[in-house]
Amino acid sequence: MSFLKTGSMRPLLLFSGLLALALAGFAWSLASGSLDVGWRGLMDALFTDDAGLHARVILELRWPRAAAAFVTGALLALAGALMQVLLRNPLADPYVLGISGGAATGALLTLLLGLGGLWLHGAAFSGALLSMLIVFGLAHGRGSWTINRLLLTGIVIAAGWGAVIGFLLAISPEQNLRGMLFWLMGDLAYSGTPLAGLVVLLAGLLIALAMGRMLNILAHGELAAATLGVPVAAVRRLIYVLASLLTAAAVTMAGSIGFVGLVVPHMLRLVGVRDHRLLLPAAALLGGSLLLIADTLARTLLAPRQLPVGILTALVGVPVFLLLLYRSRELHGRAG
Amino acid sequence: MALLEISGLDVHIGSADVCQRLELQVNAGERWAILGRNGAGKTTLLHTLAGLRRPDSGTLRLDGAALDALPRRRIAQQVGVLLQDHLDAFPASVMETVLIGRHPYLGALQWEGPDDYARARAALHAVGLDGLEDRNVATLSGGERRRLGIATLLTQDPALWLLDEPTNHLDVHQQIRILDLLQARSQAQHKTLLLVMHDLNLALRYCDRFLLLFGEGKTAQGSAEEVLTRATLERLYGHPMHTLDGPRGPVWLPG
Repeated sequence: MSFLKTGSMRPLLLFSGLLALALAGFAWSLASGSLDVGWRGLMDALFTDDAGLHARVILELRWPRAAAAFVTGALLALAGALMQVLLRNPLADPYVLGISGGAATGALLTLLLGLGGLWLHGAAFSGALLSMLIVFGLAHGRGSWTINRLLLTGIVIAAGWGAVIGFLLAISPEQNLRGMLFWLMGDLAYSGTPLAGLVVLLAGLLIALAMGRMLNILAHGELAAATLGVPVAAVRRLIYVLASLLTAAAVTMAGSIGFVGLVVPHMLRLVGVRDHRLLLPAAALLGGSLLLIADTLARTLLAPRQLPVGILTALVGVPVFLLLLYRSRELHGRAG
Repeated sequence: MALLEISGLDVHIGSADVCQRLELQVNAGERWAILGRNGAGKTTLLHTLAGLRRPDSGTLRLDGAALDALPRRRIAQQVGVLLQDHLDAFPASVMETVLIGRHPYLGALQWEGPDDYARARAALHAVGLDGLEDRNVATLSGGERRRLGIATLLTQDPALWLLDEPTNHLDVHQQIRILDLLQARSQAQHKTLLLVMHDLNLALRYCDRFLLLFGEGKTAQGSAEEVLTRATLERLYGHPMHTLDGPRGPVWLPG
């Protein structure tokens, strides 16, 4: 990995690598499952008018799930990168401000009431938005909005949601618990069509890219950003709303899948991608690919049993991240 | 017309007054030192002049326009600020950091062009950081980081420079080198400098106008002959002061 040694990544190399990873992930995901279609079957299904069993399994079952996994991972990684800049804290992830707690509470309530499908998604999204508004309102309050105040408000609200979730789990009948636990750990089995998520992702990516240079400057502090002409208060609000909506869209599709939003931006920073105009689209691609690979493993590793993908993201992500972290020590003294 | 026109300015921190009804005209090409003891409000005043903080009352006019009516971006094209400390939350290279000085001149989707890179390289050269373009800012020494902050300001290239303790972390040679550089810019390009300084002798060597903050809202301003007397300085710092004859005139020593 010679680019690690130079400390700065060439954009063309970076994005062709990430695109290749995404394509490989899709190919593997579409070809894998209990029905063995093989590479031949995959090619036939994708590029001919064949309407046989293989084609239907791939196009009607695996493609929506693979697309949902990719979109969810991309949403989480993008939201994570934005939250880290907003809170100027490398430990921030999309859930740090309690958005997933609100979504989980909404989702668990519908499961407890025996409702499903659209109700679940609607309730999860409403819960996420409610949480976002509560944190925003309380953190804003009277007086200035400091990073610590926002972070503390979010963490306390998240703890509150945690208590509500515990309560809902405690009073739920046994047969509901398994579904609830899967939702809490993150699961793509019931994600539905990723179209809405894709729209949110693309819109969010465009807005974030237009703010890219300001994000670079905000990393040097809000006062410094203001002296360089950044309208700090407005940009901060926009980042908050944007990151929250991205997270809400992801949580609505797949529950709280951890790890992706936290480490994907750091993986890229460790290999020398630091400019947010490159980092944000790269994070979306890498996050999407990582979650797609993890979800394929989750479907196939213990087949026919399916695991919640949230377990797999950590199992894949932890060694990859540690490897990068270890290698980056060699770069000490160089940008990276 | 003065570059910066301050009239009736009231600034306070908590219950302490920094200045009351301050009248000050800063003309293009002047070099001002802001002097005062710790907590007198030098930094707060500097932030107010940069439009980062609203004054309690009074008006600030930049090149004739009311400062609080100007968009931040317009202010940033005319006023540059060196803050007391630098913050780098995420890894960034020296080149990436010095380039942020071009932000006020670039459109939202515009990338830095060859001209911006040329300015950035020239600025790094001017502060003696050439060759460090690819270094992570987190690995710089305090003095190198300070010079990088000054280089960022050089790429911003404003008309009015507000510098909060610019010689912080700099060794003796670098202090003189950086202040020589700022003085040369001021003389050659008519740049206006306002420096918060703790080193009285450096202030005397490089500045022609002085603003003294005594605390409790009292201020004094003028040339060295007018305001830098022993009695005034002893009142300013609350400490006995002596002078020696140095090669460039009087040298002040704390008693």
